[in-house]
Amino acid sequence: MRVERIVTETEDGSIRTISLSFAEGSKPFAFIPGQFSELSIMGVGEAPFGIASSPMTPDALDFTIARVGTVTTELHYLEPGETIGLRGPLGNGYPVDALKGRDLLVIGGGFGFSTLRAFTNYALHPDNRGGFGRLVVVYGARNPGLLLYRDDLRNWASRDDVQLIVTVDRAEGDWAGAVGNVPSHVKGLEVDPASTAALVCGPPAMIRYTLPVLDALGLAPSDIFLSLEMKMKCGIGKCGRCSIGGSYVCIDGPVYSLARLRELPGEFS
Amino acid sequence: MTDKITDRDALVRFLERLLAIPGMTVYAPVAEGDGAAFDGISSASEALLDFPGAVRSPRHILTPMTEKLLSMGPDGRVEEAIPTPGPAVLFGVRPCDARAIAFLDRVYAGGDMTDPYYRARRDALTIVSLGCREQRPTCFCTTTGGGPLSPEGSDIMLEPSGKGWSVRAVSEKGRALADATGIVVESNGENPDTGSIGAEMTPRVDLAALKKSLDESFDDPRWQTLTAKCLGCGACSFICPSCHCFDIVDGEEDGVTVRSRIWDTCQFKAFTKQASGHDPRPTGADRFKHRMMHKFSYCIDSYGMPGCVGCGRCVEACPVNLDIRRLMEAFGGDGLE
Repeated sequence: MRVERIVTETEDGSIRTISLSFAEGSKPFAFIPGQFSELSIMGVGEAPFGIASSPMTPDALDFTIARVGTVTTELHYLEPGETIGLRGPLGNGYPVDALKGRDLLVIGGGFGFSTLRAFTNYALHPDNRGGFGRLVVVYGARNPGLLLYRDDLRNWASRDDVQLIVTVDRAEGDWAGAVGNVPSHVKGLEVDPASTAALVCGPPAMIRYTLPVLDALGLAPSDIFLSLEMKMKCGIGKCGRCSIGGSYVCIDGPVYSLARLRELPGEFS
Repeated sequence: MTDKITDRDALVRFLERLLAIPGMTVYAPVAEGDGAAFDGISSASEALLDFPGAVRSPRHILTPMTEKLLSMGPDGRVEEAIPTPGPAVLFGVRPCDARAIAFLDRVYAGGDMTDPYYRARRDALTIVSLGCREQRPTCFCTTTGGGPLSPEGSDIMLEPSGKGWSVRAVSEKGRALADATGIVVESNGENPDTGSIGAEMTPRVDLAALKKSLDESFDDPRWQTLTAKCLGCGACSFICPSCHCFDIVDGEEDGVTVRSRIWDTCQFKAFTKQASGHDPRPTGADRFKHRMMHKFSYCIDSYGMPGCVGCGRCVEACPVNLDIRRLMEAFGGDGLE
């Protein structure tokens, strides 16, 4: 994969999005929003990242990467034109077919928002928008400086076919938007529970406090889909690292319905 | 020339015939420290034929402790290092270890995704097992669904019979090897002679009941008390014939950049620690519980058999005598005594 560009997403510089195009000898693949890939720099290592761009723009793939270790640091400091390895697409992705015709609550926090950004851009594409009902996006970060995808957020805010709530835990600077954690804003939504499905991805605390709110709104566990984080290595169900019960997050997930998760041991949050 | 394995000398002759097959690699138990381990042999005299069970399992023959996956030369081309082994025989494993290989087959070569590195080694390997005449104090194969003459995973089973062994061809691969060595196949497994092994090998915990109990015990406070002495050293995993978790690391070998997989264990602290610092299994009790749950519940769901064959190595190896049989007893109902 050829590095096309690298965008620093957050004011503290800790999160960057790299855009990759298919180098000579490789060709674009079909994928589902919510799937991930393993990015590889030989001699440094390999790590899994959710595909942050929509499958409707398959020629370039975005990955949003927080700098936390050796591989992510190397990825942050790549230069346009360099090539890296990719294995993917991996995992199951969001159940886009089952979501057809449903009203959707997209709920994300922190940089767990990356595959939800992929899904939202997928759902908003002119070829797909008519296939879904009402679309509500609730996205939160700890402070305004940590908000990702500002171009997308501006774009979505200007549209009338998506309701966008962007919130921060602590307002700073000239922030004039919503304040408060994600679940407190989900709580205020009016939804028709029978026709609504929720897609949720974020830090464990956000998930823990959002699930009871969704329950109170009347959503069934089979209509709530969570994209999980687990430490992974191989990405193909062999190395044993990401197991939750008899399920491997890398092949059976990372997206699980809450109904399915409740059948598994309670390690998911 | 055909032969029956009527005594120990005949067993040595069989081994010599295996070694005489052109291009054949023979792995057998050899002396290592105070015990035995599986390694390649070049003459029959190197093999330990009367060992009670190897200290280390033969797992490294199919999944080396460090296994090169990819290499990148100076031109930047990345190549897969899929092995191309010649024919090999794994001689003298006990039925528990053969059954562990049947389990590894389900992990690496079952389902939608076959591991080509494992597949290559496995396809080249024929397994000749020695049935057990006696048990060690730590043995509990029958409790995990195996037995002293369990044929699962073996291609040829040598069943104890008088002073010698009765040859049973378990698979087509085994029959071909018997033909190639002129060994007479005598047994169909119907009249086993299990020597002194008797009633004491009666299964002591019902596996289905244990699984059901474990599935209901995720939040049981006894996990804390029963596993409190665990040091998290991982000896139990590294000595286990069916543990198979691995890590993937990059490094350099003779000036070439390589990516390798290395054995890992869920008993180590960093195993599930996420990039954010969050760890779904932060305590030793969480990690030991995962080991138990994985072996006696999750593996049954995923692979149709437990991830433990009852070889007893972990019972011997644990530096603080944390006996997995005691946990099976605690959660599995009737108990061991």
